[in-house]
Order: sequence, then structure tokens, then C-alpha cells
Amino acid sequence: MPTWSGYDAQSFYDELIAPDGSPRPRAANLAQYLAALSPRQLKTRQDAANRAILEMGITFTVYNEGQNIDRAWPFDVIPRLIPADEWREIDLGLRQRLTALNMFIDDVYGEQRILSDGTVPREMIESSPDFRSECMGARPRHGVWAHVCGSDLVRDRDATVYVLEDNLRVPSGVSYMLENRGVTKRVFPELFQDQAIAPVDDYPSDLFDTLAALSPRPGDDPQVVVLTPGIYNSAYFEHAYLAQRMGAELVEGDDLVVGDDDRVYMRAVGGLTRVDTVYRRVNDTFLDPETFREDSILGVPGLMRAWRRGNVALANAPGAGVADDKLVYTYVPDMIRYYLGQDPIIQNVPSWRCSDSTSLDHVLENLAKLVVKPANESGGYGMLVGPHASAKEVAKFADLIRANPRNYIAQPTLALSTVPTVCAGVIEPRHVDLRPFILQAGDTAVTAGGLTRVALRRGSLVVNSSQGGGSKDTWVVYGGSS
Amino acid sequence: MLSRVAERTYWAGRYLERAENTARLVNTYGSLLLDLPAQAGVRWSQVLQIVAAEEAFAARYSGSAEKDVLEFLLADADNPGSIVSSLSSARENFRTSREVIPREGWERINELYLMGQRDLPRAVGQRRRFETLADCVSRCQQITGLLSGTMSHGDAYRFLRMGNYLERADMTSRVVDVAAATLARDDPTLARYENTLWMTVLRSLSAYQMYRQYVRRRIAADEVVGFLLADAQFPRSVAHALDALRRSVEAIARGEASLGVLDELQSQISIKRGSHMTGAELHNYIDQLQQGFGKVHTAISAEWFLRS
Repeated sequence: MPTWSGYDAQSFYDELIAPDGSPRPRAANLAQYLAALSPRQLKTRQDAANRAILEMGITFTVYNEGQNIDRAWPFDVIPRLIPADEWREIDLGLRQRLTALNMFIDDVYGEQRILSDGTVPREMIESSPDFRSECMGARPRHGVWAHVCGSDLVRDRDATVYVLEDNLRVPSGVSYMLENRGVTKRVFPELFQDQAIAPVDDYPSDLFDTLAALSPRPGDDPQVVVLTPGIYNSAYFEHAYLAQRMGAELVEGDDLVVGDDDRVYMRAVGGLTRVDTVYRRVNDTFLDPETFREDSILGVPGLMRAWRRGNVALANAPGAGVADDKLVYTYVPDMIRYYLGQDPIIQNVPSWRCSDSTSLDHVLENLAKLVVKPANESGGYGMLVGPHASAKEVAKFADLIRANPRNYIAQPTLALSTVPTVCAGVIEPRHVDLRPFILQAGDTAVTAGGLTRVALRRGSLVVNSSQGGGSKDTWVVYGGSS
Repeated sequence: MLSRVAERTYWAGRYLERAENTARLVNTYGSLLLDLPAQAGVRWSQVLQIVAAEEAFAARYSGSAEKDVLEFLLADADNPGSIVSSLSSARENFRTSREVIPREGWERINELYLMGQRDLPRAVGQRRRFETLADCVSRCQQITGLLSGTMSHGDAYRFLRMGNYLERADMTSRVVDVAAATLARDDPTLARYENTLWMTVLRSLSAYQMYRQYVRRRIAADEVVGFLLADAQFPRSVAHALDALRRSVEAIARGEASLGVLDELQSQISIKRGSHMTGAELHNYIDQLQQGFGKVHTAISAEWFLRS
């Protein structure tokens, strides 16, 4: 029988293969199947996947590449497995977390109890660039502000799963989760017959239901639109994909207009048509040139006015990003205890706040061992991975931190878990993270698994597609015939 | 539906039709040139004339070598009218209106685009040209058929078809115009090949067989021109394309201005039925039709696409 004896994940936690070379729980089928493939057969599978991606037109967009703005999505055929019983815990943890985060945002823009009693420092919130004073006093339906959340999970050497960050502004990637499954079904149909893998196809319906539940005119056929910055945005593929799957209109800023009645309309062939919910994939500051950036051509003048009057729902609500500031992140476990009276089910990565002077000293002394992140950047931009950085970069970062401690947090460098990955025809371990998507309005829904992102370069920990990362299908596998 | 999406599906329809028509045209002329002796004076440059690209060509190439003309028409990404450019524009418009296009339709157009990128540069030489262009035509037809069979025949579909039909009417009239101009030269060598030339014209519009069923006599210029411009039943005739265009326009809310322009155009077409025109008269007449197509486009844009 073929084995995994040549596969060495070193001291990292491998999601598929245990250190003794045996498969993890529920992974026996897949491990056996893969080990039995010759390099040639493996290549045939990977080629078939690449071809399918090209033909299906699954793309992402890279900035500053002149004409070639549309790139095929980098995908690895070997799926990442999660046993269903383990997933159940994570699912509960994600629900708990988003519920607390939404209560927090609603509190910040409402009574501010948590700030008044000092559990979270008022100064930290009010100095956050993602705090929007324009949102004070707004009352979105169900008290929910972040309707679509993508939380990044990682597993450390000792198998503990941590939340690395919560993306509450305009998280992307879910279309790739859905497409990855489609490709894997084409490439490995036989594996789906032998075991129960949780389907992921419900997401567009769940998303539509979530958005429809926000409509200011309940009961009718709600008019839901997806607002995109346009075809040059890196996630345009996803915007079009979700609109298509939901049967919603895909609109750009100049397709919408706010009337004198403070309602939102779209410019349609038959004339102006009222819009109820805008699933906006445009950042807060570009939403409405009347309120935020005057130079925004992506937004809709008057949109904030219509939203504040309750005539249109915006998902996610403006201002929701106040809770995905990296510094605010360090308080999420406290929020869960404060609002829900529960212990967090999924842990935060232990973090040092550079705004705190004792922590700042510790961070500066140990900079070469730590990961330092700016408080509000996403996509892996502007961070320092100490162990992989030159002495010069470390010194430069020390200056940046000293100049603006509020803007940084530091975390130990986690030993991200690995998954077998096809690299130049050979199966090698590569580091992964996981981004599940959580939907919340009246009800909450969590994807089964999520988007597994993989750092394709050996030893690299950077999984972002904008920085050379790829992705994998993610299987939540039920027991029975493993 | 959104005005912006209406505009994109309309252009998707136009570019897809343009790619198909250009592929037909090049293939048929390639075959004609093999039949005619050099002194007949029919050259590849005539195809440039049909697609109204002589100036654009001259600006990028010197002389009119077959290789250059074919490169320009098939594979030159800097020529907005080349087949690769048309496919790329069609794909871009489908891609940016993906939410209203059935997924299979998008996948087929994407495949066609990839095929064009890969195969068209290699089809400039004679050896693979016919096969590649025939493949291109049949894939365009497949997409048209797939959309007809899987996409709701609502507004989005209607705009797509409007783009198809207007582009088709335009191309058919151009083909007729250039053929008539060639024969109007009154060249005795050419006169011997008149029959071959008209057969080529008919074939380039896939009209030969249908024409033979309609006119059971030796091919005659007047009748070919009448058939291609004014026959009500042949789907690539100008009359049929305008009629189909009209039905799409009528089914969409508003559209009075477009219908007004169409009324005028269609009454011009009915004049053509059965009448004889000299070469110069025909050229003038087609010139007016072309201006009419321009007006239809302007009316459609003004009624449905303008957003501010």
C-alpha cells in the first residue's frame, strides 16, 4: 500500500498527515487516494483544475499590471480537511464572536456603556480611523452592523486554533470558496462518492436572505443590489459572481441616485426603481461624497442621508469597521465576556498593544521574534514578520512603532499549520490559514469550512492572493466511512 | 434592468456578431482569391474596404501584403476591428454583465476568447486559416444558440439581440456595397468572373443555398442585391435584421425615438424590392442605409443607455 513516509511537515502541525505518517481522523480516504497517484496522474489532475479555472473564467485582479488586469485564480487541487465534530466547535465560536462584535458596534454608536465603564478605553475608539462619528445614533435593523464577516483562523504548532483577525468592512473571498468546490468536484468526483462532505452551495441563498431581512420594506419583494467599485477592483469577479448567484443587480455608484424623498433609486431601462438593500463592496469613505471623501466617484451622493433615515439598508453598515481595528481586536475576548457573559470558544492570538508602554518596551526588545501589524490595514500590507526580516527592516519598523504606537500591535510568530500541496509536481507541506464567512441579520449562518488560503512559496507564511498566495478547497467531513 | 447592463449586453451582441462576420468574410475572400486570376484585380485590400479600415491599416503597415492584411484583420490587438479585438471586447462586455448572462454562456464566450488568443495569430498563414475561422464562426453560432435556449427572453436578451441585428445589417450592406463597386469598374476580365464573385458574396453571408432556393435562375446581380438587402425571410438580409431589431425594440419600455428611425429605414428598404439601380445609385442608396444604422444606434443609446 502506498504511504506518506516521504512527506515531512517538520515540526509544524499538518492538517492531513500526523507526524508518524498516518492520516488524521476522517482523512484516510483522501490520504490513500493521493498516495496512490503517480506524479503523472497528479499532474493530470492539477492541469485539469488549471484548465477548468481558465475556462470557467475564475479570475482575480492585480493592481498596476497595465492591460493584463485579469489573472487566473491560483488553486491547489489537494483539499484541506476538517472533521465535522471539530468544525462544530469552531462554528459555535464564530457565531459567539460575531454576536459580541455586533453588540459592541451597536453600543459604540449608541449608549457607549462599554466605553463609559472603562472596559474598552474610550480614547482608543475615538482615535480609530474607522470610527465614524456620522454613525452615532443610527439604529440599523436587528441592531446588527456587520452582516457579512470573514474571520481569519490559523492553527499553531500545538493544534490550537486562533482567530487572527476579523474582517468586518468588505471581506472578500467567498466566491473562490464556492468555485474551488466546483473545480474539485470536476477533478476528484470519486472522492465525493465515498464520504459525506458538507456542501457549501447554500451561501448565495443565505446571503440573499440576510440582505433581504434588512429591507426597510419587509414583506414586498426586496430590491437588493450589489454595489461594486467597478471592473478594476481586485474583487470584481466576486461582486459579479454574487450578484449573479443571488439574482441581484450589480451596480456602480453612478447607477444609483438618491431622490428628494431621501430614497435610493437605480437608473433602469424602464426608469428609476427603488432600492431596498445595498450590499456595498465599496469602502466607507468612498460611499457618499456628501458625507465622506468629496472626491469619491465610486459612491452615491446622499446615500448616508437615506441610510440614516432608514430608507435603505447598507451591508455592512458604515462604521462597522471600528471593530476590526487590530487594536480593538485585542479586546474581543473581553467583549464576549462583557456582552454575553461567556468565555470565548475560539482564542485570540496573544497580542501586545504598543499603545501600552510596558508592552511597547517588550515589543521593541523582541522585535526580531514578533509579527507586528498596523492597526487598520488589510491584505497583509505594511506588516513586519520579525524572523523573516532583515536587521535593517527591523530597525525601520522600530522607528515606525515609536512614532505612532497606537497604530501597532505585536504577536508571537505563529507556526501556521500545513497541508500537502502540489509544488512543481511533488507533494510538499505548505502553510495555510482559513477564512470562514459568517452572515448575521435576524439569524446567523456560518459557511461549512471556508476559504483555505495557502502560501505557495516554501516556508512562506503570507497567504494573500495579492502577494503570491493560492487557495484550496476546504472539506468539512462527517464520520461514517472514514 | 440597469441602463449600464443594457449597454454592455448590447455591445456584447455587436462585438460577437462582428467577430463572426469578419471570420466569414475573410474565409470567403480567401477562397475567392484562389479562384480568380491575379489580373481580375480582386485583392485582400477589398476586405479592408468592406470593414472600412483602409486608413487604419495604412497607418500601421506599408504596402498590402496578404500576410499583413490577415495579421491586421485576425490577430492585431491594436486594430479595434480585428477578430481578436472583437472577441476581447465581447468577452469584456459579457464579463462585466455576467450577472445577467447564464453561466454556460459566459464560459463559452471565455473559451472562444482563449481559443482566439491561441489560434488566430497562427491562422494568419494559409495552412490553418480556414479551419480556425470556421471554428470561430461555429463557436459564435453556438453561443448565440445557447443564449437563445437558456437565457430568459427579457430585456437583457433583447439588448443583446439588438446589438447582433444592427451589426449584421451593417455588415451585410457593406459586403453588398463593395461587391457592387468592384463590378461597377466595368472591367472585361472581371466580367467573366461575375458569377464567381456574386457566389462569393452570397457565401460570405452564408446565403448561397438559401438564395438558390429563392431564385431558380442563373445568378444575376440585381437579384442578389435585392435578396441580401430586402428579402424578408433570409436571416442575414438587411430587411430581416431590421425587422428582428424592431421586434426587440418594441418589447422594451419606451423606445419611440428608435422606432421612428426604424420606420424611416424600413421604408427605404421596401423601395429596393424589385427595382434596378446603377452602380452609383446603389452606392448612394447603401450610404443612406448606413447613415440610418448610425441613427438607430444613436437613438438606442439616447433612450436607454445615457445615465446622467
